[in-house]
Amino acid sequence: MIGTAESEVIKIQEEFKTEALTPGQLMRMRFRRHKMAVFGLVMLVVLILYSFGGSLFFTEADANFTNTKERLSAPSAAHPFGTDTIGRDILIRTIYGGQISLLIGLAAVVVEVFLGVLIGAIAGYYGGWIDGLLMRFTEAMFNIPQLFLLLVMAKFFGRSVPDINLFGRQFSGSVVVIIVIIGLTSWMYLARIVRANFLSLKEREFVLAAHTTGTSNSSIIFQHILPNSIAPIIVSGTLSVANAILAEAYISFLGLGVKPPTATWGNMLEGAYNYVETAPWLWIFPGLLIVLTVLSINFVGDGLRDAVDPHALIDAG
Amino acid sequence: MDPILTLENVEVKFQTLAGMVNAVNGVSYSVEAGKTLGIVGESGCGKSVSMLTVMRLIPDPPGKITAGKIFFKGQDLLAISEEKMEHIRGSEIGMVFQDPMTSLNPVLTIGRQIGEAMMVHNGFSREQADARTIELLNMVGIGNPEQRIKEYPHQFSGGMRQRAGIAMALACVPDILIADEPTTALDVTIQAQIVELTKRLQKELGMAVIWISHDLGVIAELADRVIVMYAGYVVEEADVFALYENPSHPYTLSLLKSLPRVDDSGGERLTTIPGFPPDGITVMPGCPFAPRCSFAVEHCQKENPPLELVDHDHKIACWVDVKTGTERSL
Amino acid sequence: MTRYIIRRILQAIPLLFIISVLLFVLMINTGDPLSTMGGRRVTRPADRERLSRQLGLDQPIYKQYLFWLIGNDWTNVDVDGDGIAETTGIRKGILRGDFGTSITQRGKEVTDIILERLPNTLILMIPAEIIIIILSLAVGIYSALRQYSISDHIITGLSFIGYSMPIFFIALLSMYIFGVNFKQWGLPYLPTVGMFDPKIGRTIGQVLLHMILPIFSLTVITAAGYSRFVRSQMLEVISEDYIRTARAKGLPKRMVITGHALKNAALPLVTIVGLDIPLLLGGAVVTETIFAWPGMGRLFIDHLSRSDTPVVMGILMMISVAVILSQLITDIIYAWLDPRIRYS
Repeated sequence: MIGTAESEVIKIQEEFKTEALTPGQLMRMRFRRHKMAVFGLVMLVVLILYSFGGSLFFTEADANFTNTKERLSAPSAAHPFGTDTIGRDILIRTIYGGQISLLIGLAAVVVEVFLGVLIGAIAGYYGGWIDGLLMRFTEAMFNIPQLFLLLVMAKFFGRSVPDINLFGRQFSGSVVVIIVIIGLTSWMYLARIVRANFLSLKEREFVLAAHTTGTSNSSIIFQHILPNSIAPIIVSGTLSVANAILAEAYISFLGLGVKPPTATWGNMLEGAYNYVETAPWLWIFPGLLIVLTVLSINFVGDGLRDAVDPHALIDAG
Repeated sequence: MDPILTLENVEVKFQTLAGMVNAVNGVSYSVEAGKTLGIVGESGCGKSVSMLTVMRLIPDPPGKITAGKIFFKGQDLLAISEEKMEHIRGSEIGMVFQDPMTSLNPVLTIGRQIGEAMMVHNGFSREQADARTIELLNMVGIGNPEQRIKEYPHQFSGGMRQRAGIAMALACVPDILIADEPTTALDVTIQAQIVELTKRLQKELGMAVIWISHDLGVIAELADRVIVMYAGYVVEEADVFALYENPSHPYTLSLLKSLPRVDDSGGERLTTIPGFPPDGITVMPGCPFAPRCSFAVEHCQKENPPLELVDHDHKIACWVDVKTGTERSL
Repeated sequence: MTRYIIRRILQAIPLLFIISVLLFVLMINTGDPLSTMGGRRVTRPADRERLSRQLGLDQPIYKQYLFWLIGNDWTNVDVDGDGIAETTGIRKGILRGDFGTSITQRGKEVTDIILERLPNTLILMIPAEIIIIILSLAVGIYSALRQYSISDHIITGLSFIGYSMPIFFIALLSMYIFGVNFKQWGLPYLPTVGMFDPKIGRTIGQVLLHMILPIFSLTVITAAGYSRFVRSQMLEVISEDYIRTARAKGLPKRMVITGHALKNAALPLVTIVGLDIPLLLGGAVVTETIFAWPGMGRLFIDHLSRSDTPVVMGILMMISVAVILSQLITDIIYAWLDPRIRYS
């Protein structure tokens, strides 16, 4: 209109505009549209309920109760998942085993994220020779296949922690060892991501501004830059839980992980290959539970990754 | 002269997360053989989309051509099979794109990329294609072509890449060359060279050229006829001289006024167009330019003006006569 | 490009050095070699002292590392444990390929033990890797070209399930279905144990037959994961400008895919494959255990459970070197394939 100020013009145009979505809304919308991710989330909740809620129906003693007369019996009304080589009920063991497997997965990732973020942040922020040294170290660790390292460390440190009593459960100290060594051998990937993030973010103006106002380095790292790197950390951390669960399963399967009688889904499969023909229920049930858990986590992680990806803007109807 | 390409009421929409974008709204225009049509407008006005529609390169999903016809040599391009369209692309209509860096395949040689259209459309052998490619490289002004055809895009400079892009589009001597902002990503001196090159090639090969740009200066140099687009509509269409001497649509006026000129007295602020360009999703009643228009009257906010002839060869879509400031009598 | 190769090689050397230090530190802290000597417990302090001198364990750490690295045949060591070094050592150090002798297989050179079993693992790994590459490319590209179609959704779902499975589950499952159930149902079934049937002997046919299930287990997971990667690479490439240019030239769709898109999409796969080697080696451990395949993985587990540190460390070191080498090679191959690096 003639003589209308710019602000007026913009106001008129804005009246007709459709509501723009905030980044948070956009993210949640994208996640929800990712049907697999939602399915994965639901599945995870079910599995968690199974493992932790199931302990309301059975005691840990039930899980470890051996009855050699009923060893290796097929699924029946009394034992819906059958019994193992020394007569323990597999269903109950999967419940308690699930608690340990999930716990290990989560706790190992906590260790991993702590290490990865610390090393990546320091390397990325300070740069120079610190970065060089830390990165060489990271790469060296990266190049040693994780499973081998885990096996060696599990073998030799597995007995160094005594049994623990926590939340009313008694479990083998090897659980703690496993958590620590999985964390110790998985942080490298995250460290690289965090470092890359820090390298690019530290050049941005808000960091410069923080410097000029005299903010301390650690403050800048943890209060300014880190919150901006949260998204890839969350995605990577989520997917790492799956890897941690798998890692525990692998070494327990090979007999070097968590020691019985404490059950984990992995160690329930130990030696199962000797009974492939005679007692498939030994490995089918715990195996399936592992697959379902890892699958759900992968779905959720995939959904998260799409949700935080700024490039995915166009819907494909 | 008969037009070689005619668009009739073409409509293109895109389904996005934020809503349905009306990229092209009932656009009609034609291009005459051997002449240059310039299409001007801001980013997002639909100029590139209308050209991609001609080539049927609109990604579906999320894009959809919802209406219209495009006549080329007697055929409606929107109605023929994809196979037939593939024959037309490259051999009868060629296209040059904006960013020479990303428009060329980084892992294939320049020679291969220029030659393959000839091998596919004209049945050339590898050797024949290479020979012709060397000629083409000479034609577009790239020195040492025998060596260059074995090189890769990253070994070329920006300007050279665009020349190679032009050579690629012209390899089969098409009837129309569509150039989608080919100089926007280049610096000014290179820009001038490419413009000169295009003018020369057009004279030599006699093809029609459609040149899309937001740069009015370049359009003035090249075009015979110009259309101005806004919010997916054609708002003005005229011969190049008529447009620049007698701009009749408020948007065109504002565009021309916002150009810094050599003879401006320093000290004056540059005129800008208030407000922001439409997002294509919001549907407002009336003319899409009305909120930002300094000539708008009440009628403009109620009804969208159709594109009409106002002078011998001059069309505009506006209710108002910019010379008098009052509504035009029809 | 030669500069690139040289640079990469120079980068690998300090890496190998750091890895050797890390592994050495690990080795020093694991187990008690004194107690595993000959399976007998060595309890008398005088004996322990003598033994530790004989094994060189009383030396400062850096000297032990040095001897481990380059041997001790260039200096005198204390062979009889009396505290005086008067005999020349016989160890050549890992840099010259001497990883010591096995504790459980008395006196046998670690290198010999490993090399005995190495080919068996390679027989599994190399065909597995080839199949993985072919499968991932095929499935990934097919999936990408049919994005959002039903087959794409099915393949995506299957891929997710595929790489969510632990390898022992797939191994057990395939064993169960193809080994046990097929046999029960009277179908021709696949063998599940060992490299060949001892009654028939080690023929090529036998080995091939026995290879099927282990290789299947090794490939499924990785191929599932990589096909997703190839798919996303392909999708990204298809949306690139130069593909639009190729189509604008009127090239037929098939030519656009194979001639223009494929090379760009497949190139990153080369790097990924290089990173896969450690995973494949790890997978080999589990697979060999389940299928009783006499390879390096099984060797590792066997000797680990018996605390035979030299063999274990030898394998670890060799594997790490193999990993670095394979990464070096894949980087060089990538540089050669990508003209942007080859002709920079």
